Amino acid sequence: MSLLSARGLTRHFGGLRAVDGVDFDLAPGEIHALIGPNGAGKTTFVGLLCGRVPVQVGAIRLDGRDITRLPAHRRVRAGIAYTFQITSVFARLTVFDNVALAVQARGEADLGGAVMAGLARVGLDPLAGQPAGTLSYGHQRLLELAMGLALAPRVLILDEPTQGLAAVEIQGFKALVRGLAPATAVLLIEHNMDVVMDLAHRVTVLEAGRVLATGTPAAIRADRAVQAAYLGG
Amino acid sequence: MTGAATGAGGVGGRDLALHLAVLAALLALQFVLPAYHHTNLARIMVLAVFAMGYNIAFGYTGLLSLGHALFFAAGLYATGLGIVHGSLAPGIAAVAGLLAGGAAAAAVGLLALRTAGVSFMIVTLMFAQAGFLVVLYFGGWTRGDEGFVLQGAQRLVFGLDLSQPGPRYGAALALFAAAVLVNLVLVRSRFGRVMLAMRENAERARMLGYDPFAVKLVALAVSGLYAGAAGAAYALLFGYVGASFASIQYSILPLLYVLLGGAGVVLGPFLGALVMFYLIDLSSSLTSAHLMVVGAALLALVLFAPQGILGTLRARLLPWLA
Amino acid sequence: MAAVLALTAVGLSLVFGVMRVVNVAHGEFFMLGAVTAWFVATHVPGPPWAGFLAALVICPLVVGAVAAAADMAVLKRLNYDPEATIVATIGLLYILQQTALTVYGPEARPVPAPFAWSIRLPWFGWSGYKLAVIAAAAAILLGVWLLLTRTRAGLVMRATQVDRETARAFGIDTDRVYAGVFALGAALAAMAAVLIVPIQQAHYLMGHDPLLLSFVVVIIGGLGSLRGTLVAALVIGLSDGVISVFFSPTLAKILATLFVAGVLVFRPQGLFGARA
Repeated sequence: MSLLSARGLTRHFGGLRAVDGVDFDLAPGEIHALIGPNGAGKTTFVGLLCGRVPVQVGAIRLDGRDITRLPAHRRVRAGIAYTFQITSVFARLTVFDNVALAVQARGEADLGGAVMAGLARVGLDPLAGQPAGTLSYGHQRLLELAMGLALAPRVLILDEPTQGLAAVEIQGFKALVRGLAPATAVLLIEHNMDVVMDLAHRVTVLEAGRVLATGTPAAIRADRAVQAAYLGG
Repeated sequence: MTGAATGAGGVGGRDLALHLAVLAALLALQFVLPAYHHTNLARIMVLAVFAMGYNIAFGYTGLLSLGHALFFAAGLYATGLGIVHGSLAPGIAAVAGLLAGGAAAAAVGLLALRTAGVSFMIVTLMFAQAGFLVVLYFGGWTRGDEGFVLQGAQRLVFGLDLSQPGPRYGAALALFAAAVLVNLVLVRSRFGRVMLAMRENAERARMLGYDPFAVKLVALAVSGLYAGAAGAAYALLFGYVGASFASIQYSILPLLYVLLGGAGVVLGPFLGALVMFYLIDLSSSLTSAHLMVVGAALLALVLFAPQGILGTLRARLLPWLA
Repeated sequence: MAAVLALTAVGLSLVFGVMRVVNVAHGEFFMLGAVTAWFVATHVPGPPWAGFLAALVICPLVVGAVAAAADMAVLKRLNYDPEATIVATIGLLYILQQTALTVYGPEARPVPAPFAWSIRLPWFGWSGYKLAVIAAAAAILLGVWLLLTRTRAGLVMRATQVDRETARAFGIDTDRVYAGVFALGAALAAMAAVLIVPIQQAHYLMGHDPLLLSFVVVIIGGLGSLRGTLVAALVIGLSDGVISVFFSPTLAKILATLFVAGVLVFRPQGLFGARA
């Protein structure tokens, strides 16, 4: 039984087939990594899943419900959260307000408490009163993550979450993501192979808009096609 | 930590105290001011309500409209025409004016909010221009540029004669006070936070589950209610309804007030209206070309002080200011 | 007058196309051209045609210089941020308008036509001057077209339009291009104004209608597309006359403004934008 599924998902830009007939399944509580060379269509593919990019052909289901035509903000309410690859916190609002926007979106009554708990989870609670734009890059990435988590999503899509993080911060990030199961399934686009191999239950490799392989990290590491195309064989 | 600075605790203490102090000062001023400034201040308060509405759209939600004259005029004419041609009681007509402003803004928003940025500015400008022309076209009722006057019994609300200085000042202050308090509560509310999110980054807000179109539409409609209330009050307090209030100049004025006083600050529009009004008043004695002052002020503001007076003050000294 | 309208609108379109700046003060450049024409025409001795020719040369230069100065003093410092520049050009509009009021006064003043004869056709008469205006406007438009498509200056402008950063990397002084384009756009409006003053009188508020109509034309033609602008100018110029025959001018303007708003909402690429 898959939580989020895509069938025959396709998106062309002009003549370019950014995503070309992709089938995909995300199981409940699973941590699933999406890898592939630059331009393989990873960001477009998750854009289709979360509704930022309109679907041309194919279908998306969340828990059996067809959400192919649902606009992005309704998909968020349905439980699909997305954190941006390029950090885009609300720079002129405080750290508190950034997370509060996510918390109040799910109709939480105790706003202050829930926000501070969410911030404590990523260790940003001492910085609650600061404008988000004044945080260091690593802290902004963590804030972005905290906003995604504060939505209490069923599916959390992370677009290159560890990019630019220090080694220590990556350790903390891995522990955080592991702790999300079983309530939240995670789909992450990731270039750091150590993170992928360490964290993911399953890996999907995209190349030129198509699925090259899906399997456990060990299986993907052993796959000859993947080695040739991506891991540099 | 989660007090006024973060907006979590509703309206903060210092914040509320400051606004109440301003209102109290305005209440006291009417007993000491000479008649001329007495009337001016009443007018400034009404225009400030209009500009506060503009601030809700522009300062808080990031919607740079060039068509707010339409919403002000909707309130002005709904009230004026309601009394003169519809035989409405002045109090009822004022409510009609309030609603007309909100309805006009919602109608314009339904179409204009499909666009953004420069297109949004031009579309709102065009709608307002069409509204201005409609006023001229139906000159038989509106008397066009020349306008019409409300007098005597047409300005009696709850037994108060709003053409008299005392009741007029009182009514203007009551409206202004209500507008300030509603504005404070609004921007410190959960919805106010979402409005700010739209201003800062609408796409990010969408990915937190908010529909940008719906949020902006509500903000614009509230902004229109403010403009409509100001228009209705203008008709009743100053007794004159004319086409010039629908012209583009009345779309530019609130923008100017807000830029001058400080966008995204509750008291910004009032301060902007106050300073600008007396700046024009002073320059009028020197030159007939008082619009020159408006032009120069606009240029100076976008070039040197895009945050306005209170915006700059908040950034430097008073981070808790709403 | 579709021909004059097209000149004004092409100026606006050029500025928007290359600089992405919506110049609300464009109508005031038109007005400035007309008012300057009156000054030149009254101060140049000799027959009317001498004053008129002098105006046709001097006015675009003067207005172009004012525009270039405004660009360098204001728009450049705003880094051409679209919303800030609109507010700034509104400020410019008020300043130009009120300067004209102070210096020139509130009266409308005529400029004599350089010549006065008309062609009498059996069914109606044509003023010779109006025909000459159409011919002159067409010639100027052709000149602009050639400038943009056939010359180095045009190439530089188009390069800047496509990608400002890259153009700069190739050693193009984009600041000068922007100032030049803004001046050229204003100069076109001024030329249109010089051509029109013998028909309409010069007045300090005359900038409003051309601005509105230019907006209509540019937006319907697809913002920044010169070909679309030309077609739209002709269609609107002709249909404005047609609509006015059936309705009052006010109603015609209401329909025109609502039409612009509708086009922007439902067809943002312009009615002819997809083709151009």
